Amino acid sequence: MEGLDSILAEQPFFAALEPELSKIVSGCARNRRFDAGSYIFHEGDDADEFYLIRHGRVALEMVAPGQAPVVFNTLGSGDILGASWLVPPYKWMFDARAVELTRAVGIDAKCLRGKCEADHHLGYEMMKRFLPVFVRRLHATRLQILDVYGKRGK
Amino acid sequence: MTAAFPANAFVPTAYRVIRQRREMRDVATLELSAAAGELPTFAPGQFNMLYAFGVGEVAISVSGDPGNRGRFVHTLRAVGAVSTALARLEAGQMLGLRGPFGTGWPMTAAVGSDLVIIAGGLGLAPLRPALYHLLSHRADYGGITVLYGTRHPRDILYRREIERWRRRLDLDIEITVDHADRAWHGHVGVVPALIPRAAIDPENTFALVCGPEAMMRFTVAGLRDAGLAPERIYLSMERNMKCALGLCGRCQFGPTFICKDGPVMRFDRILQIFATREI
Amino acid sequence: MGGHVLAIGAKAMMTRDGLQALIEALLSRGYRLIGPRLGEGAIVYDDIGGIADLPAGWTDRQEAGSYRLERRADAAFFGYAVGPQSWKRFLHPPVERLWQARREGDELAILPIEIETPKFAFLGVRGCELRAIQIQDRVFTGGSQVDVAYGARRRGNFIVAVNCGTAGGTCFCVSMASGPKAKGGFDLALTELIEGGAHEFLVEIGSATGADLFAGIPQRTASGDDIAAAEAVVARTAREMGRTLDNTGIKELLQGNPNHPRWDTVASRCLTCANCTMVCPTCFCTTVEDGSDLAGATAARVRKWDSCFTLDFSFVHGGPVRSEPRARYRQWMTHKLANWIDQFGKSGCVGCGRCITWCPVGIDITEEVAAIRANARTAGTPEKGGA
Repeated sequence: MEGLDSILAEQPFFAALEPELSKIVSGCARNRRFDAGSYIFHEGDDADEFYLIRHGRVALEMVAPGQAPVVFNTLGSGDILGASWLVPPYKWMFDARAVELTRAVGIDAKCLRGKCEADHHLGYEMMKRFLPVFVRRLHATRLQILDVYGKRGK
Repeated sequence: MTAAFPANAFVPTAYRVIRQRREMRDVATLELSAAAGELPTFAPGQFNMLYAFGVGEVAISVSGDPGNRGRFVHTLRAVGAVSTALARLEAGQMLGLRGPFGTGWPMTAAVGSDLVIIAGGLGLAPLRPALYHLLSHRADYGGITVLYGTRHPRDILYRREIERWRRRLDLDIEITVDHADRAWHGHVGVVPALIPRAAIDPENTFALVCGPEAMMRFTVAGLRDAGLAPERIYLSMERNMKCALGLCGRCQFGPTFICKDGPVMRFDRILQIFATREI
Repeated sequence: MGGHVLAIGAKAMMTRDGLQALIEALLSRGYRLIGPRLGEGAIVYDDIGGIADLPAGWTDRQEAGSYRLERRADAAFFGYAVGPQSWKRFLHPPVERLWQARREGDELAILPIEIETPKFAFLGVRGCELRAIQIQDRVFTGGSQVDVAYGARRRGNFIVAVNCGTAGGTCFCVSMASGPKAKGGFDLALTELIEGGAHEFLVEIGSATGADLFAGIPQRTASGDDIAAAEAVVARTAREMGRTLDNTGIKELLQGNPNHPRWDTVASRCLTCANCTMVCPTCFCTTVEDGSDLAGATAARVRKWDSCFTLDFSFVHGGPVRSEPRARYRQWMTHKLANWIDQFGKSGCVGCGRCITWCPVGIDITEEVAAIRANARTAGTPEKGGA
């Protein structure tokens, strides 16, 4: 697990994480590879693993009956993929598809949840890293729904 | 510059449409040449007042190459009576023009530095002269990154030119769209989301931003998160404008007049009022 | 009789007949003489042919939202404060043609219009109004871009100022340091003195042109008593002024409080009728109207007074920037009292009180400033806009 340790340490997401905590996190991690076009997960699946994308691009899609899938966001190198693993009932709410060959670190959600529960210091360090990511995405979503580039008042 | 004006700066000069190109359903680019006399020089970021006969006048940024002295290029969207009339003009027809007016992008201040150019929608048009300038003086500048966000892949402005630029090794261009289907292989999401991925060196970068005001507010927040000082962020602002001379009072934005203190404003100079509602 | 040319700053006495002679001298020198006269139920500025045209014996009773003409006990020519109009209607006309255009086929020709430049003489310009003219001079001719037509109309004006002998019900020129005594910028300044049976004017020479013209007017030497009497008139007017505006740190106060709850309070009264901007002697904002004939062969552009209280004023594609009355009142007052200082070096308010008098609901700018000051955020610490 030496390799994963150093891979995680390189990620800005885990920057300045204490080495002991880093070791705990990497204990739940594994390397993942997704070919272009393949799905990483589907809506309704168990959110039992989340991902730190190292290379590649992932499209997040939602599907409505009778319509082509809509891509509402894309993620790339350095991004965290998935929040549903943090909150019950731990189910994905969208589809994630690798647009190109994507390499990621997959982190076992049940494993990390258990460790955070056992060590609240680790849990707090993780929360401090996850919360800003999701708040930023919430802000971005707000801007996106403003649809600022269209003709207004029509 | 003032010498190029007629004595009465309220009076437009006649220009002829040399070429009209439809960029999108409601967006057109006009190439104009002076009916008589020489074309005034302009700085990237400046605008002209374009007059459609009998309909009215509207402020449109210059979007052509500042190195091309022969013509003014303007890209405009048909949104009101005047812009609709202008967008309908065909080659050979004439319009009135006053300008150029206003401040430009900090092309001199940015010499030796990296630049990140962030455009939203039609906001790419006022930034294009800056890009032309950078590319024709490429050795004077550091890294150049263009982050461009638009609504949908079919709304990408200057698509062929962007495709050409993307092949260059001395220019990074990232495009993101708000909405896409699976045929689009690029980014989906808002343009500020591209900032953290752009590896900006905050001590050595100038940011040039143009787009809808809401997009610029989020973009400024993203640039500040990336460590850019307010003095290194420049925005192109828009307000209702009639005279472009600082005399009609309409384009006031707090204590500034967008027509003469802008349209390109250094962010620290408007920081206090930028997020104030209905200012 | 005259003949002797006085120095600038010198004072002399002139009778009612002298005033008539002064008017005639101005007319004979080819000036278009504008002065006060009764009209439209108010004292307005219009062409004057002699002292018979002046509103002798009339005064104006002004309060917030109210203006009434009343008879005076005496026959003072200048015994009123200021009416709804100001001199800006002559220097910066409400409607002005800017240019015309002609189209034939694809060909377009845009033709400037010859600027109409009468030689104006203004009679009865108050201290606050002189300041207002100077403020508009700065706006229209003090920057990098110049309003050529304004400059042409302003050039060679002959200004006969009048020091105020009556405080209006709404004015506060003492606070704005613009009156009641005219402080420079005039050719002649009059103080009307009515004492017992005498009805005279103390005349102060303000320029070489003024001295030259006044040399031909019947006059007598001003005594120390005459000068003291004139000073007493102005001092009494200053004392009787009912309103004050505290200008201390006003730029920071207003610029630093864009979300003060008082803006909502005033907006609940404000009808956004734009009266205040029309009567204000410094408000300069305009719109333009473009039109063409039915055949589409000729077109013209007309400039008209506009107001920041209209929705159209701030319209950008999609809608107005200032949709709420609160934002429009805030824009007007903040511009006038605070942003103006950044833009043109001093306040845009002269303390004439017109905006108070002619507001249909009696909004009082001095009261609004005081209310904001009463529970302002610390001046200089701007409110943070939330993202």
